[in-house]
Amino acid sequence: MNRVIGAALDRTDGVQKVTGGARYAAEFALPGLCHAVIVQSTIARGRVAALDASRAAHAPGVLLVMTHENAPRLPQGGRAGVNPPAGRVLTLLQDADVHYNGQPIAVVVADTFEQAQAAADLVRATYAADAATLDFDAARATAYPPAKLLQGPVDLHRGHFDTGYAAADVRIDATYTTPMQHHNPMEPHATIAHWQDGTLTLHDATQYVSGVRETIAKVLGIDAAKVRVISPFVGGGFGCKGSMWSHVALAAMCARAVDRPVKLVLARWQMFGPAGGRPRTEQRIALGATRDGTLTAIRHAVISHTSAIEDFVEPSSVPTRMLYACPNANTTQRLVKLDVGTPTFQRAPGEATGTFAFEVAMDELAYALAMDPVELRMRNHADADPQDGKPWTSKHLLECYDSAATRFGWRNRDPLPGSMRTRDAWVGYGMATATYPAHRQAAQASARLWTDGTFIVASGSQELGTGTYTVMTQVAAQSLGVPPASVRFLLGDTALPRAPVSGGSTTAASVAPAVKAACDALRARILAAVVRDPQSAHYGVAPSELAIDDGRIVAADGRSESLAAFAGRRGVPLDAAAESKPGDEKTTYAAHSFGAVFAEVRIDPWIGRIRIPRIVGTYDVGTRLNARTALSQLRGGIVWGVGLALTEESLLDLATGHFANASLAEYHVPVNADIGELDVTFVDFPDTRFNPLGIRGIGEIGITGVAAAIDNAVFHACGVRVRDLPITVDKYLPQARA
Amino acid sequence: MRAFDYVAATRVDDAVAMLGAGTRCLAGGTNLVDLMKGGIEAPSRIVDINRLPLDAIEATPDGGLRVGALVRNSDLANDMRVRRDYPLLSLALLAGATPQLRNMASVGGNLLQRTRCYYFADTAFPACNKRAPGSGCGARAGHNRIHAVLGASEACVAVHPSDMCVALAALDATVVARSRRGERRIAMTAFHRLPGDTPWQDTELADDELVTAVELPPPRYRRHVQYLKLRDRASYAFALVSAAVALDVEGGRVASARIALGGVAHKPWRATDAERALAGQAAGATAFDDAGRRALAGAVPLRDNAFKIGLGERAVSRALTLAMERSVS
Repeated sequence: MNRVIGAALDRTDGVQKVTGGARYAAEFALPGLCHAVIVQSTIARGRVAALDASRAAHAPGVLLVMTHENAPRLPQGGRAGVNPPAGRVLTLLQDADVHYNGQPIAVVVADTFEQAQAAADLVRATYAADAATLDFDAARATAYPPAKLLQGPVDLHRGHFDTGYAAADVRIDATYTTPMQHHNPMEPHATIAHWQDGTLTLHDATQYVSGVRETIAKVLGIDAAKVRVISPFVGGGFGCKGSMWSHVALAAMCARAVDRPVKLVLARWQMFGPAGGRPRTEQRIALGATRDGTLTAIRHAVISHTSAIEDFVEPSSVPTRMLYACPNANTTQRLVKLDVGTPTFQRAPGEATGTFAFEVAMDELAYALAMDPVELRMRNHADADPQDGKPWTSKHLLECYDSAATRFGWRNRDPLPGSMRTRDAWVGYGMATATYPAHRQAAQASARLWTDGTFIVASGSQELGTGTYTVMTQVAAQSLGVPPASVRFLLGDTALPRAPVSGGSTTAASVAPAVKAACDALRARILAAVVRDPQSAHYGVAPSELAIDDGRIVAADGRSESLAAFAGRRGVPLDAAAESKPGDEKTTYAAHSFGAVFAEVRIDPWIGRIRIPRIVGTYDVGTRLNARTALSQLRGGIVWGVGLALTEESLLDLATGHFANASLAEYHVPVNADIGELDVTFVDFPDTRFNPLGIRGIGEIGITGVAAAIDNAVFHACGVRVRDLPITVDKYLPQARA
Repeated sequence: MRAFDYVAATRVDDAVAMLGAGTRCLAGGTNLVDLMKGGIEAPSRIVDINRLPLDAIEATPDGGLRVGALVRNSDLANDMRVRRDYPLLSLALLAGATPQLRNMASVGGNLLQRTRCYYFADTAFPACNKRAPGSGCGARAGHNRIHAVLGASEACVAVHPSDMCVALAALDATVVARSRRGERRIAMTAFHRLPGDTPWQDTELADDELVTAVELPPPRYRRHVQYLKLRDRASYAFALVSAAVALDVEGGRVASARIALGGVAHKPWRATDAERALAGQAAGATAFDDAGRRALAGAVPLRDNAFKIGLGERAVSRALTLAMERSVS
């Protein structure tokens, strides 16, 4: 049988999705379902002085108005779930304090959504407001080092920066800024909470069903065994659904109080504030190099904002630590506290913002050296991880530069800014390196042969639109030796074997080995059973002489029988399960994905209109499980990079702490017309040192490097270096005129 | 959204009889429904006018065109008479929103579209003189990159969001309105107001009046027209600045010109001084650049939007240049 892994198999859930058969969290029509709407604070800091819920409580259909005055008291004031896996500091109506604009101050539950919304509008709050800290610039002086960083030490000091910087022939030193952003998945946060006999079922839009289960259990002070979380489809997550936010707990609290299932869906504008977003960063970078382009010193000092109630660090300096060979490096992470909702992981947290700043700085260095930007990067290629000298599990970045530069036509570039023009446009070519670390966690899977010869394979993972159903079906089918159509893959349920968060590009590299192990085990059990079956053509044959191919059990001598015939005779299912986890490879090796991304921009010199006719990228990501979904992941990531570069910015109003453009009309994600040709290829070197299937995750690398490539192309086009994202017309056109 | 009464009218007189304070007419709903969901509009009564016979595009006795208030934006943009005789209007309509929105949005609703000012469109902001008279202006000290540089007041710096209206202003259209008192006609250039100290009044339309039609004068600008819209993404974004221009050119000289700008003021900004200066000039870069400067004369920037002045000047001159290059389809 042909290889199934890697094939461009159609999405196995595609028909369900385009025909409306795929049920998302808010679409489970439970009997007696009622609806909750959150009332949010309109100040950023202070206390609720008085809350008048009387009109709301008497409005038609209203079942409950939950406020800090009547909410059930939770263990540790609602903070029992702050630790991982999915825990955050939540705001659960446990006191009158207000920590950010948009904080839940009441929840209204009614028979219909319209009744709940109408009643929510009737809740009147008065506040005792305190002066809020909202201005990043004003808060900069209070920057402090966070207690810890998930990705390693908070600060890195390698060699002696000052010595290396002093020894440099050429230096650059510049500050780059990236704005607050919000994830804006198509599907907003949504939860249905349902209590039955002391057991809580959550239909939740989440990237981590088992994390939500453990976290909600801690928050509510109940046994995790009494919680089931179901999430068969998620309409995009991008990190905002990787943690459990307040609305999930509030839905569960309300459902228990009214003793009916409660649905709580955040409105689009409620996605701006109480459920995370990408923090603002300010990144100062200094680079020193000798005349031949060899880096002698790197400094990358990052300040990002967090909330008053919790530290979240945007680790923008982390990729800088490993991207290029340089003996002297100094990177720091600092935080400033603002009175806003806690920021969180957003697609390639750290890498997206960090590669923007660092790869623009590398372009600035290339110009200072009068050296080709690709050559500069190849000159400083890290043959081993510069942090500790560990070899890479697999790294083919040089091939990526070659491949992408050739397809792009990089050699046609005249490096002089403003030198390449068409009749009506400045043309700019820019490039950057892309990178994202490889992550793997323990995962479990099960596999069952049914009596009709079909299989159910399961792991409690998640489908965010990434293709999990499809690629796991392929892994299972290949292991079992059957067509993909005879495998049905289940996920998104804590009743299934446990799988990790679908975040950090973790799912494929973690779950696929578990699926393979479970299916390998089931295949062995099938063959062992076949040879003991007197009615089988293979009775008495050594199992090692048998294989399963295209749904038939085949012997070395060519005899075969269908798997379905065996399964039918057997009459009872056959099961296997397995766990797969990382070994000690990360003590020996460093594991990262890499890529090279090239962008062409065209800018109308008169009116500044910017277009990106093409982006060319080549990526080194290990084994691709599905050629089609892999391409979609990278293209989608690049589109996100275009948004980071050109359009996306959450505008925090400094008078109120409220986001000014909290809608999809005013928060600009790229539209189809903003995207030109996306030419994505892969170098295809399986990384079998990292896991048996050679997979490194691909959910995030696509966004990395893109904003820098575009920014570098803008400089090349018009000679203006934009160091503050997004790159809007006001930031280059007036300057370019001079 | 608050509870409201809903009435569907089938005759214009019936609809007009129900109008007054607290009542809003529902046509395409593409703006009103969003504002109601957000609590910015909270009418006590909705009069659904979609069944009124106001969806025709008809010739007028003087050779112009009468467009019913319920004609959908996409139908108007693609009407053969409009494309032939008023191409500027077609171009402006197609620059707005998305195909789905244009399929729903009506001409009358487009005229009455409300500003996209962040501080108006979100009741979580306490200060907005347009939404809550006397509460102040959140945009003056807030995020005002998208706000007005012309004709603003201390009370309000919001801009009018429509593309269609910019073309209608340039084309000297007339708005026809009905009330129980009868019918009246309002010049498009006088239909929308500057904010002054009454920014809650977007237009001259009274609470008891219904827009029934828009009338276009006999066609004069069929060839040298352009609608140029500059925005933060390639589609589905409101204009930072836009320019609607129309030229009548004889022997290489401008016989007459029409210029209106969007995205710069509380109303479509007709640049009459620039138009007058263009008349008689050779149709070329010198005159067009001068027209651009005149169009933005008197502009006053806010903290974040000074770029709109230069961008507006350039939009006008580029639009004029493109208008000259445009061939009749």
